[in-house]
Amino acid sequence: MTSFAKPHINLKHAKRNDLGLTWHDYEGAMSTLCAGCGHDSITACMAKAFFELSIEPHRAVKISGIGCSSKTTAYFLSESHGNNTVHGRMPSVATGAAAANAGLTYIGVSGDGDSLSIGLGQFAHAMRRNVNMLYMLENNGVYGLTKGQFSASADIGSKSKKGEINLSPPIDPVTLALSLGASFVARGFSGDREQLVPLIKAGLKHNGFGLIDVISPCVSFNDHPGSTKSYAHTYQYYHPAVHADYVPMSEEIKTSYAAGEAVPVELHDGGSIILRKIDEDYDPRDRGAAYTQIAERDAKGEIVTGLLYIDESHDDMAAMNKLPARALNTMPYETLCPGSEALAALQKGYR
Amino acid sequence: MSTPSVNDFVIKLANVNGTGSASANGLLMKSIFRMGVPVVGKNVFPSNIQGLPTWYEIRVTGEGYGARSGDVDMMVAMNANTYARDIAALRPGGVLIYDSTWPRQHVLSRNDVTVLGVPLAQMCNGAFKAARSRVLMKNMAYVGAVAALLDIDVDVVRTLVREMFAKKPKLVDLNMQAIALGYDYAMEHFDCPLAFHVQKLDNTAGKIMIDGNTAAGLGCVYAGATVGAWYPITPSTSLMDAFKSWCEKFRVDPDTGEHNYCIIQAEDELAAVGMVVGASWNGARAFTPTSGPGISLMSEFIGFAYYAEIPLVLFDVQRVGPSTGMPTRTQQGDVQLCAYASHGDTRHILLFPADPGECFTMAANAFDLAERYQTPVFVLSDIDIGMNDWMVDELKWDEARQPDRGKVLNVEQIEELEVFHRYQDVDGDGIAWRTLPGTHPKGAYFTRGSGHNANGDYTENEAEYQEVLDRLVRKWRGAADHVPPPVIKMAKGGKARWGIIAYGSSDCAVLEACDTLAAEGLHLDYMRIRGFPFNDDVSAFVEAHDLVYVVEQNRDAQLRGLMMLETLIPRAKLASILHYSGEPLTSHFVHEHIKAAARQEQSA
Ligand SMILES: Cc1ncc(C[n+]2csc(CCOP(=O)(O)OP(=O)(O)O)c2C)c(N)n1
Ligand code: SF4
Ligand SMILES: [Mg+2]
Repeated sequence: MTSFAKPHINLKHAKRNDLGLTWHDYEGAMSTLCAGCGHDSITACMAKAFFELSIEPHRAVKISGIGCSSKTTAYFLSESHGNNTVHGRMPSVATGAAAANAGLTYIGVSGDGDSLSIGLGQFAHAMRRNVNMLYMLENNGVYGLTKGQFSASADIGSKSKKGEINLSPPIDPVTLALSLGASFVARGFSGDREQLVPLIKAGLKHNGFGLIDVISPCVSFNDHPGSTKSYAHTYQYYHPAVHADYVPMSEEIKTSYAAGEAVPVELHDGGSIILRKIDEDYDPRDRGAAYTQIAERDAKGEIVTGLLYIDESHDDMAAMNKLPARALNTMPYETLCPGSEALAALQKGYR
Repeated sequence: MSTPSVNDFVIKLANVNGTGSASANGLLMKSIFRMGVPVVGKNVFPSNIQGLPTWYEIRVTGEGYGARSGDVDMMVAMNANTYARDIAALRPGGVLIYDSTWPRQHVLSRNDVTVLGVPLAQMCNGAFKAARSRVLMKNMAYVGAVAALLDIDVDVVRTLVREMFAKKPKLVDLNMQAIALGYDYAMEHFDCPLAFHVQKLDNTAGKIMIDGNTAAGLGCVYAGATVGAWYPITPSTSLMDAFKSWCEKFRVDPDTGEHNYCIIQAEDELAAVGMVVGASWNGARAFTPTSGPGISLMSEFIGFAYYAEIPLVLFDVQRVGPSTGMPTRTQQGDVQLCAYASHGDTRHILLFPADPGECFTMAANAFDLAERYQTPVFVLSDIDIGMNDWMVDELKWDEARQPDRGKVLNVEQIEELEVFHRYQDVDGDGIAWRTLPGTHPKGAYFTRGSGHNANGDYTENEAEYQEVLDRLVRKWRGAADHVPPPVIKMAKGGKARWGIIAYGSSDCAVLEACDTLAAEGLHLDYMRIRGFPFNDDVSAFVEAHDLVYVVEQNRDAQLRGLMMLETLIPRAKLASILHYSGEPLTSHFVHEHIKAAARQEQSA
């Protein structure tokens, strides 16, 4: 299947962002996924978030692994470079790219198979390194592209389309990320755009590694009764705990939130993420408490969503490596090459 | 086999790993080098931190040969566990030095060698208090004894000791005291110097002693590499260690402390190469050093970089395989692995440095080639080159040299385009133009390892797929005349019927064997291959000879195999001389095998 060009639409009256661009400028090629696939909704949310944040498309970079989910980087932001790498290895490519030029906005797109089985190592280590990127884990509990095998996020007792029952415990990306020191951890649902778009915006603006685990039902292989990653099951057990909104520097932080309910978290770029608690006793800035709560509620089958943890105080990879503001890929050669005199001098030590 | 003489002999030191002998042995070698006498040093060490046997070989060669000869004229036998094989390794007339604090078994002696006992432990126990210094100073004491026996200039030794301990001056006296213990004992008890000894020369001017990994790391700095990703593995670790220390010296902004480089210790080789893919795709010069097991793991990404056309520089410091093999022993066993790494139709560019000097220059070449051809480039070094100190010509850098960043469209160029297509052969040389992320909205494209057409779009169309694949092989062939050309040394006095082909660390042994064979009346032309794809000189050389011996350090004649696959050279024209024990190749080995083969050929 090739990717199809989308029909041209008259956008005269379409809404424009601060750059004067319309949402059409944030689109990509036509999706080739199954109709109703959760991944397509997430693609739309990502495009919307970039649009609303007024990020120049060519200053964004999309990197993905292999899977139905990973294909979606072709379906938004056609004016940004995309790199559809190899299975499970998106994090390393994103890490190298971020090292070469820390000045672009990096979004990684992956699936539960791509991230939690073959790519578990790279996923974990990108979090440890705090690579400045947003990592979208489009989680459907199965390998969609290879036709419905259980993935490592399948819950105990979940039933496959063929009737098999999964007996192995799941790997939960959220608690895993919390235990590995990730600095931005969220969970969303492809069926709730109202929640997801602001989360993506917050994740893109967060300085460091941001993870959004997005429940994204696979209509072809995992949307039947007995599956714990179906639309029906997710709607039933869905539980938003903390809402997050990104507020840019120019906008004054709105005081319409009742005191004690809204908590602003200041970001490096001067903007803020406003946290609004839905669950009063959930604190997204206490890693230990967040971990305990989520683990307990996961065990009960509740799907806790929202911005579950945030910490802006950590150095990202670029800071830990003392990278200069000027991107390494634009360093003039004269700065990088020590020259012939230095070469002659250093060799005195080798005589 | 020449007899040992002034400035022409081999010292071998048998030690126990982890006893601090390496610096003493290095001191000994450097002292001889400083006296203007060329040396060859080989460290044969175990995959172990402490306790297993380790050997250091120093060949003193006034004529400046660069290989091991294969002889041992003096053995310093410091390891009781290997004493029997060490004494057996000496050639008749040789000299053995041992620690006579403990008497040796009479049965292990030989009538045809001179055994000299020096009570090293006893002297050091008397002179030094701390247990660790007693162990370490024994090494310095044998350096003293050897210096006396070989007439090594003690002033030179002292200067070197001062340099060694520049940061801890207290240790200078301590070490000199130990050296004096051995020196004085030898002067008093033995007939010093021996018949073979060192005599000052002026044959090391303009030379340095450096290992290949240090030189390659330096080459990366000079090439302008900014991103290095790696996973620790012997024998490539010291390449990244070197890159790091050169960067600390040259790439840290003195005012801000900021780094004009980024080194990432990855979680494994898959991630290391992925990081290099990401950084190179994003326009930085990036590389990863590794060894065979790492290449095996990196294969999927190597194919991705080949097909998606992303520059990639890999240093494979080869060690003995298969599998974990012998991690600290040398071999040229990854030639075919690297040539065709990854599934599907893939072919890569290989460079074969023969010494640390070429590690420096070829490191720089590798980045130019990778960016020019937008493809993986392998620099195939090995333990012998990478981790031993070699005497080479001083490294030079052409101040006017600019890196070849290949075909990358800048903002203005993209602006002028109607539309950008990633994989179109607009120049007819098989190399398409690329763009870097962040440059311009019109320059954006989607990089994929799945089937794509010349526009960069996904395809499963036969003709579109083949068009790209066919261009890739044309592009690769185009590199044949841009990799370093072979070095050919024609035999003196006209047309030789036979030739020799070798590459990498086999060079010095072959050069010397050619001289020896010529002195015996057997003249051979010699071609050293330095790059793959092969250029036409390779076939022409074989064409011009009745028979060509291909000298390699692997079991399966991997380069010969490549030649048969990639050229029309008839199989019968290539005969193999193979050495794959894990020890660095000796000139005797090459000499004897070619002589024997030639004898057979003549009688056939
Ligand atoms: C090395 C390798 N092994 C196996 C595959 C086959 N494969 C393609 S996609 C996939 C699983 C994808 O699952 P997930 O990441 O959950 O993506 P989804 O399709 O569910 O969105 C597998 C196993 C591959 N492409 N590469
Ligand atoms: S198979 Fe599943 S995951 Fe893949 S496109 Fe179809 S619905 Fe989506
Ligand atoms: Mg999946």
